[in-house]
Amino acid sequence: MVQTPSPKIPQQTQKASSLVPVGPVPDNPGGARVCHLDQHLQRPSMENPQKTEVVLLACGSFNPITNMHLRLFELAKDHMNATGKYRVIKGIISPVGDAYKKKGLISAHHRVVMAQLATKNSGWVEVDTWESLQKEWVETAKVLRHHQEKLEASGGEQRDSPVLERPGRKRKWTEQRSEVSQKKPLEPQRKDVPRVKLLCGADLLESFGVPDLWKREDIANIVGSYGLVCITRAGNDAQRFIYESDVLWRHQANIHLVNEWITNDISSTKIRRALRRSQSIRYLVPDLVQEYIEKHDLYSAESEERNVGVILAPLQRNRAATNSRTTTA
Amino acid sequence: MKSRIPVVLLACGSFNPITNMHLRLFEVARDHLHQTGTYQVIGGIISPVNDNYRKKELVAAHHRVAMVRLALQTSDWIRVDPWESEQAQWTETVKVLRHHHRELLRYLPQEEGRGQGSAVSQAPAAVPELKLLCGADILKTFQTPNLWEDEHIQEIVEKFGLVCVDRVGHDLKRYISDTPILQRYQHNILLVREPVQNEISATYVRRALGHGHSVKYLLPDAVIAYIKDHNLYSSGSSCKGSSTQNNEGKTS
Repeated sequence: MVQTPSPKIPQQTQKASSLVPVGPVPDNPGGARVCHLDQHLQRPSMENPQKTEVVLLACGSFNPITNMHLRLFELAKDHMNATGKYRVIKGIISPVGDAYKKKGLISAHHRVVMAQLATKNSGWVEVDTWESLQKEWVETAKVLRHHQEKLEASGGEQRDSPVLERPGRKRKWTEQRSEVSQKKPLEPQRKDVPRVKLLCGADLLESFGVPDLWKREDIANIVGSYGLVCITRAGNDAQRFIYESDVLWRHQANIHLVNEWITNDISSTKIRRALRRSQSIRYLVPDLVQEYIEKHDLYSAESEERNVGVILAPLQRNRAATNSRTTTA
Repeated sequence: MKSRIPVVLLACGSFNPITNMHLRLFEVARDHLHQTGTYQVIGGIISPVNDNYRKKELVAAHHRVAMVRLALQTSDWIRVDPWESEQAQWTETVKVLRHHHRELLRYLPQEEGRGQGSAVSQAPAAVPELKLLCGADILKTFQTPNLWEDEHIQEIVEKFGLVCVDRVGHDLKRYISDTPILQRYQHNILLVREPVQNEISATYVRRALGHGHSVKYLLPDAVIAYIKDHNLYSSGSSCKGSSTQNNEGKTS
C-alpha cells in the first residue's frame, strides 16, 4: 500500500539548520545532534506512525498571568504538532502555591481565578488547582508526576489499532540508574496514554543552574521521564546551556526548543510595576484579567513587599537537606 | 486649577490586520501624556489606509475597518474612522489630520458668551489638539527620500504634533536630530518609552496565519474570529493591492 506523503511539510524541516532536537532520537542519547530533516524524509514509508499525545504543563507564579504565558501554549502546540510525531491534546496551567514564598506573590486564590478568566476562551488550555492547594510547596517534578499519574489512571483513550512501542525507543540503563533513588520509574510508554511535558521559557531552563533551586535528581527526572518544551528567543543561548550541562545533554532529545520570532516581553514583573504606577496594562493581559485586577485592586506597593526577607521554599528545603546530610555524615 | 490641554490621538496605518501592539500604542501614549501633567487625552482615532495605497498584501478596506471596529469593542476611548478608507483615492496623512481636526472643531461644545457674573467659573473649553500617534518606524520613514513631502512633514510637526512610541532597534532621538525639520519642532514631538517590548508586527501575524499557526493572544479574539470567518490572510486567499508603489510610510 502506498502511503501518500503529507502534502504539508512540517515547519520543523525549515528549522533543520538550527538542529533543534525533536522527539526521541533512537539509540543516540549522548551523540551528535541529528538533523531531523533526514529523519523526517525517511518517515513516509513507515506504516501508520502513531502520534504521541502530549499534555503541556506550565508551572509558575502567574502573578499575574499575561498574554505572553498564553502565547507559550500556542507556540508550543504549533511546534509539537508540526513535527508530525506529537498531537497536543491539552494545556494545563498550574499556579504555584503560596508556600513558595516568592516576593510579591499574592494569594493563590486570585492567581487561580485570573488564570481561569484568561483561559475562558481557550478550547484546550485549562487551569489546575492541585498544586496551589497544597499546604507545602511542591517540587515541579512532583507536579509532573501527579498529572502523569492522573492520565494513567484515567486510562487514556481506547484505540482500535494495536499498541505500538514508540519506534526505536528503549529506556536507557543510564537513565534508570539515575532514578534508582526515586520511586519506581514510570512504566515504559503505553501508546494510548498521553505524555505530560513541562512547558516553559528559557528562564526556567537556565534556572536549572541556580544553586539549590532544583534537586539534581529532579532535573534528571523532569528531562528524562517527561521532557521539556522550551520557548525561547535566544535559541543559541539555550542550546549552549544544554550543551554545558551533562544531564541536559544526555536528555537533549527530550528537550524541544521552540523559537519565538517576535519579541513579546510581557513579564508579570512589568505588569505589576505598571499597575503600581497607575499605567495601563490593557492588551498585555486578557481583558477579563485586567478587569479583575482593577476590581480587586490586587497589586500595589504593599503587595510587592510580601515575603520580603523570607527565603524561597525550594532554597530553604534544598539547603536544609544539604545541611542535614553534612551534619549526619 | 491648571487646565490641561485636551488631546486626541490619531493613528494612520494599514492595520492589516490590527494587533495588540497597535492598541498598546494608544494606551502607552495616553499614560505618558497624562504623566506630563500637561495633557488630557480625550479620545483616540484609528484611521485605516485607503486600498489605493496599494501596499502588498493589503486586504480590502472594509475588512480592515471591520476588524478595527471589533478590536475596539472593549475600548471606551478609541474609535475607528473609515473616512480615509472611503475616499476615492489615497490621501496624504497631513490631509487626514486636517480633516479630523476640522471635525474636532465642528463638534466642540459651543460657548455662549458668558457674562462676567457667571457664578461657576470654568476654564474655557480649550481647542483639542490632534496629534499623530505612531511608532518609531514611521518617524524613520521621514528620512526616506520622496516618501513624504517636506511641507507635509513640517505641517504635521508644526501644526499638529507627533506622539512617537519607541521600538526595539530604533533610536528616536537620533532620528530627530538627523532630520532638520524634526529637530526644529522637537518640542512638538513627544517621545514615549514602551518598557514592554512588543514586536507584534502585522507582517508576522499574516505570515503565521498563512502557515496555519495560532495568533491567539497577539490580537483580540474577535478579530481572529473575523479573519477565520472571512478567510483572510490564509495562504490561498486573494487580497487586494499587490503593487509596491511607494508613498508615505505606513505602519504595517
